[in-house]
Amino acid sequence: MSILIDSNTKVICQGFTGSQGTFHSQQAIEYGTKMVGGVTPGKGGQTHLGLPVFNTVLEAYEATEADATVIYVPAAFCKDSILEAANSGVKLIVCITEGIPTLDMLVAKECCDQLGVRLIGPNCPGVITPGQCKIGIMPGHIHLPGKVGIVSRSGTLTYEAVKQTTDFGFGQSSCVGIGGDPIPGSNFIDILGMFQADPQTEAIVMIGEIGGTAEEEAAAYIKANVTKPVVAYIAGVTAPPGKRMGHAGAIISGGKGTADEKFAALQDAGVKTVRSLADIGSGLSELTGW
Amino acid sequence: MNLHEYQAKELFAEYGLPVSKGYAVDTPEDAAAATAKIGGDKWVVKAQVHAGGRGKAGGVKLVNSAEEASEFAASWLGKNLVTYQTDAKGQPVTKILVESCTDIAQELYLGAVVDRSTRRVVFMASTEGGVEIEKVAEETPEKILRAIIDPLVGAQPYQGRDLAFRLGLEGVQIKQFTALFLGLSKMFHDLDFALLEINPLVITEKGDLHCLDGKINIDSNAMYRQAKLKEMHDPSQEDEREADAAKWELNYVALDGNIGCMVNGAGLAMGTMDIVQLHGGSPANFLDVGGGATKERVTEAFKIILSDENVAAVLVNIFGGIVRCDLIAEGVIGAVEEVGVKVPVVVRLEGNNAEIGREVLGKSGFNIIAATSLADAAEKVVAAAGGSK
Repeated sequence: MSILIDSNTKVICQGFTGSQGTFHSQQAIEYGTKMVGGVTPGKGGQTHLGLPVFNTVLEAYEATEADATVIYVPAAFCKDSILEAANSGVKLIVCITEGIPTLDMLVAKECCDQLGVRLIGPNCPGVITPGQCKIGIMPGHIHLPGKVGIVSRSGTLTYEAVKQTTDFGFGQSSCVGIGGDPIPGSNFIDILGMFQADPQTEAIVMIGEIGGTAEEEAAAYIKANVTKPVVAYIAGVTAPPGKRMGHAGAIISGGKGTADEKFAALQDAGVKTVRSLADIGSGLSELTGW
Repeated sequence: MNLHEYQAKELFAEYGLPVSKGYAVDTPEDAAAATAKIGGDKWVVKAQVHAGGRGKAGGVKLVNSAEEASEFAASWLGKNLVTYQTDAKGQPVTKILVESCTDIAQELYLGAVVDRSTRRVVFMASTEGGVEIEKVAEETPEKILRAIIDPLVGAQPYQGRDLAFRLGLEGVQIKQFTALFLGLSKMFHDLDFALLEINPLVITEKGDLHCLDGKINIDSNAMYRQAKLKEMHDPSQEDEREADAAKWELNYVALDGNIGCMVNGAGLAMGTMDIVQLHGGSPANFLDVGGGATKERVTEAFKIILSDENVAAVLVNIFGGIVRCDLIAEGVIGAVEEVGVKVPVVVRLEGNNAEIGREVLGKSGFNIIAATSLADAAEKVVAAAGGSK
């Protein structure tokens, strides 16, 4: 078991013939991901990387019955790409692209929710179930099939956590980068719930950042719903408060969002927090007795 | 990207929202001339900086003559205004807004943001307008009224009426407020706002609603489709090095410490600052060279870091996901050579081809200290910068 994706997951790529789509699809195929085709409007009927290219996501879905799509199209077109995918029948959308306008994401996320489609990202490294399926830009070779579920808002911080859990020999069940944007398709709570339900996942690493209240909300969720051991790290303890303009941001968050508040909320939920990024692996070891 | 008050008010006027007649000027003479163009015998002069708290800092004044307006402009133009929202240096004043004076009967608050938790644009209104709004939100949150905008349907008139009645407005004010609310929501969505604030939104002595201030922050991801707003960008309000970094798509924030940090990825950059501090050091900056760290960007990043005289040592922390660490190592050597780096440089490379990268660094003959792990890197750079404080 794992979450979201496994060796049976059939994947298509939007922006398939572009440079990013080509490079990362190639890497995914080499990793063993079951890539079944791609979409580039106007290039339907061609073959790329030995796979069929379709004009629309609907065509691709009907021909391949893909379970998941990964989006590498430029930010300006991502809202359209997400909406196209959400309306095609594909149930999992992983959007890697960074720089999507926030108001575009409000609409895209709302539509995915209404259609019952799971969106991961944007501005994220993607999702990987080591040894089975890699959807995204993470380096496959640092992963090891195993028992730790990793969920993170940051790309390179995810790699740090992966490397440490690999070096300690624990391995990963699945790793999900939910992305650092203000409006992510999935949040910590969505993924924590999946890890709690997944029998292969024996412990969870959660990596947050300052800003917003996603970590505080996750802490409340963990307290009520998660029985598996959780280690958390929050980046940005020493970051100075940003120059702000006006008061509206402070008002909406009620003064929340600092790393200290996040650490406190997580500790209150029984989570083991580590102050140093280098201590994720050893923190897991201490907590689980592995 | 932030806008100045005068720019926000220009946009309000374009959307038919009630603002004072005014002119943004950059000389004392023009300030005096603006009073004549506006007419009347009382004006408000306001220093234009990207920060709140200007009134308390002396950046806003009621004047009764063209001379006074001119004197105010002369006293502020070219100087820095320090408010409780700026750093100790303050923000440079390059423009003064001269406006007609408004008679105030009551001050309200109206703002809007993208709320991450509800994933909606949320409007907030309060009868407690003015400088104490943050305190109001903290101590009496029930006094902050909210309207939540459905992303698919948009703001509706009933939501404006609801806020207006709850604010205790009456008569023609209900219609005025609803029009204002709908206009602001349209602006928010048309122009990709991240934050909008009118504080205060006043009721004049005649009983009309009037926008007395305006703060707007634009979603930087949306600038590509907001060409007109892009022209309103005022680089004078930003740190010079930060603006320079932005040109190279480097994400840089200047800090007070002496350890320069160069990292790929914003999360890892923050994590690196944290671990430096945890080992007793003090970061001089936050710098994210981005996922695609190339030799050129590494070189530019070095230049920016070293332009800060406080930097006593540099920590390069790269987790090579897709990028190859040996290429990064060559980039670092190239940069050290080109820029003439005098301070010790600690490099930690991990991931793709990290071994080869470390070898390349070891053979270079430069003052480059290779670190084997994150903790090791932090210890070494703190020692290289003169030890823990």
